[in-house]
Amino acid sequence: MGEQESGLNKLLLSPDANDIREWLHKNKSMVLKDKVMSESEAIRTFIREGCYIATELYGSVRAPMSLCREVVRQGFKDLSLAGQGVMETEHLISGKCVKRIELTYQGWEVYGISNILRRAAESGEVTISEWSNASLAWRLKAAAMGIPFIPTRSMLGTDTFKYSGAKTIECPFTGQKLVALPASPVDVGIIHVHRADLYGNCQIDGITGFAWELARASKRLIISCEEIIPTDEIRKYPDRTIIPWFLVDAVVHAPFGSYPGEMCYYYERDKQHIKDYIDQTETEEGAQAYLQKWVTGPKSHAEFLELVGAEKMDELRKAVLGR
Amino acid sequence: MEYKSNELLICIASRQMEDGTSAFIGTGIPMLAAALAKRMHAPNLIPLFEFGGVGGTLEVLPLGVGDSKTFYKAWAALVICDLMETAQRGMVDYGFLGGAQIDMYGNLNSTVIGPQPKPKVRLPGSGGANDIGSSCWKTIAVMQHTARRFMPKVDFVTTAGYLTGPGAREAAGLAPNSGPYRVVSNLALMGYDEETKRMKLLATNPGVTVQQVVENTGFELIIPDKVGINEPPSDKELTLLRNEIDPGRLYI
Repeated sequence: MGEQESGLNKLLLSPDANDIREWLHKNKSMVLKDKVMSESEAIRTFIREGCYIATELYGSVRAPMSLCREVVRQGFKDLSLAGQGVMETEHLISGKCVKRIELTYQGWEVYGISNILRRAAESGEVTISEWSNASLAWRLKAAAMGIPFIPTRSMLGTDTFKYSGAKTIECPFTGQKLVALPASPVDVGIIHVHRADLYGNCQIDGITGFAWELARASKRLIISCEEIIPTDEIRKYPDRTIIPWFLVDAVVHAPFGSYPGEMCYYYERDKQHIKDYIDQTETEEGAQAYLQKWVTGPKSHAEFLELVGAEKMDELRKAVLGR
Repeated sequence: MEYKSNELLICIASRQMEDGTSAFIGTGIPMLAAALAKRMHAPNLIPLFEFGGVGGTLEVLPLGVGDSKTFYKAWAALVICDLMETAQRGMVDYGFLGGAQIDMYGNLNSTVIGPQPKPKVRLPGSGGANDIGSSCWKTIAVMQHTARRFMPKVDFVTTAGYLTGPGAREAAGLAPNSGPYRVVSNLALMGYDEETKRMKLLATNPGVTVQQVVENTGFELIIPDKVGINEPPSDKELTLLRNEIDPGRLYI
């Protein structure tokens, strides 16, 4: 067993579990209250300059697009971001909202690499530490568990580890070398779900990515949902509640909230819109023009949907694969 | 039938997929290869997608690893921690990976060209690749074959191959008997020498000479006495690819 190794990058969040306990005890409660508000009010109330935010899911799939557009609209300049993302996080970067990223993946999968990340990283406009998908999810899991770190076997031996903020440790039972991933109790989590009630009890269809972990790791949690459903429906299917109300701070009604991405069983992605967007982001001017037309142009998600048009939404609803 | 370079790559990758095994499938060529394998020789291949899809039919091609098609008619729609933990406890056989650069020990770079702070080219980053390369039993890399991609030293080790050689994975804390298994490129199929853990040529693609493979490899590739030749895509493989798997020609 060698010496302890440390990743080079500084952590953006303290993993101290006692601080989080105190904070949650003081600021969160199990009292049931109506948390429905507009996206503008939710973002204004819970996000502060300097905050560390995280979004879920990924890949133009159940991504909180409407909330991310609102973050750009409100003109934040100094946020930290956890990350795997496609369009939602690209908007935050090209909207100049983000200074620091704990990154795992920012790209377009089949459509190639992210021009927006390239420009921001290569110019040094944002600072980046490296993590893996599982590492970020496990860091959230550690925060959800109320412990300061979680041991894993990812990132060992690589430059991904070297440019992270993790450390190696020796297992006290076997002597084996492991990576200690620091808990990440994020300031604000942003999750888009299929259905929620006014208290914030949430249901998600299909794969649930890391919604469970992020919801529990977030000090403040903003939910947007396709539908607000009666509380009776929640109580009829309590087994479907993946995020219970006491984790949630705001519920925003956002039909087509993942557009131009998909929402399984509800609507397909708008492939042409995404493709045109990617072409446009090849230049900084193109990226800014897109933001002006689609993000800062409309004053709300409702106005954004007017721009998309009812016909397009119908078409995408009908294109769903089903079960 | 005539075929394109990408179609060949998909067919050779597909033939590496073994029936009755589980494999993490990444976006792009591995998805098509898995869809083809399931229709050819491996109907019981279980494709796993890192955000939760388990054993989808791949009747419709997914556009990403979180896409709803990754769990269409699947066995389960789970979560990322669960699937990565399944691999960590040793239950996932294969992982398919890609990257911008690979070295002779199978270390992969998908993070940066140049230094990490202020790189020359910023690539997407690890995503699930590091986890898959750390925890699956065997990894198969799918690469374009040029000397600038097959390098003596990658700019950044995103995903662990055999690191610096024999014993290095274990010394780093990774599980014994795991690591790189095959490299599928547009020129050839490669494996790894058991003793030295260095990449070795197994078979060239149709019409490609050993010399061409050597010229397009930036490090010393082990050339065994006997080098095989990969079969070209069959009519059946090509018909399935074009008519059923990717009729919209997204990838081919």
